[in-house]
Amino acid sequence: MAECPICGGTVNLGEDTVEGELIACADCGAELEVTGVNPLTLAEAPKEEEDWGE
Amino acid sequence: MSIQIGFLHSLIRPEEKMLLKEFQSRDGVEVAMIDDRKVVYNLGKDSFPFDVVLERCINHSRALHALRLFECAGIRCVNSAKVASICGDKIMTSIALQEHKVPQPEVRIAFTEESTLQAIEGMGYPVVLKPAVGSWGRLLSKVNDRDAAETVLEHKVTLGSYHHSIFYIQKYIDKKGRDIRSFVVGEECVAAIYRYSEHWITNTARGGTAENCPLADELKELSVRAARAVGGGIVAVDIFETNDGLLVNEVNYTMEFRNSIGPTGVNIPQRIVDYVLRVAKGQIRG
Repeated sequence: MAECPICGGTVNLGEDTVEGELIACADCGAELEVTGVNPLTLAEAPKEEEDWGE
Repeated sequence: MSIQIGFLHSLIRPEEKMLLKEFQSRDGVEVAMIDDRKVVYNLGKDSFPFDVVLERCINHSRALHALRLFECAGIRCVNSAKVASICGDKIMTSIALQEHKVPQPEVRIAFTEESTLQAIEGMGYPVVLKPAVGSWGRLLSKVNDRDAAETVLEHKVTLGSYHHSIFYIQKYIDKKGRDIRSFVVGEECVAAIYRYSEHWITNTARGGTAENCPLADELKELSVRAARAVGGGIVAVDIFETNDGLLVNEVNYTMEFRNSIGPTGVNIPQRIVDYVLRVAKGQIRG
């Protein structure tokens, strides 16, 4: 469990969570990045850039 | 002796997670994570312990340069920097398709407002203006008449970076609500989906929905030809259906497939990992 840095809500993550993973807060919908797994830390995900894509 | 995979990434999206799980399920495979936000290259002095680097960056510019730097250090990459340089630029993609006689919609390229307007008038409306570099359907403009053309061109020149003054103009194709995305791994078209949307942009990243598309011979053959034209590897090919046959719209080199496994029933990450391991073992060139 970790706290959403945007809304303060609780974010539950699976055991297979990895650093750098992109997730969404179930409460506020914010896109978050897992910045650490031990301990679990979250940050607002980077904003989309012009050359993002496939 | 285990196989060493360098997994080049930025954010870990569902695709990356599926690929990592697939690698972890294989015996004798070790994966080293390479975050493009943290990596530093020391040109000419780098020595990387990888048999292959799999590129899964989210930024095209980082992917392209990182791949070239790994190749410079003697590392095989999937996809290659050449494939990234072609697929990451729609003009280069269209040139490669043309040179390999792969059918595509009519395309014109111009570099000023005036010449672009002239090109559009010569093609006839509607046309689609696309940034040469960009993805997920961002900043695509369907231009229906001269008024719209003049407005969009003025905005692009005034508000955009110099990249937006290189005008890629594609004849608009009436997709009748759907197009096709096929997935090519090496020399094989492994799966395809129809992408449905009421909007003229059908990207699933923009809300389009996916349904399995049967792998007819024409589709498989065209997909592999398009992949070969851009240099091979692992690519997703966007295809229009027209009365004159299939036309290749775009080729994507860091393909997303999260919405395509369910409809197709094809384990795409498994196929990708199989291919990457064959490249790592030197069984294919990548």
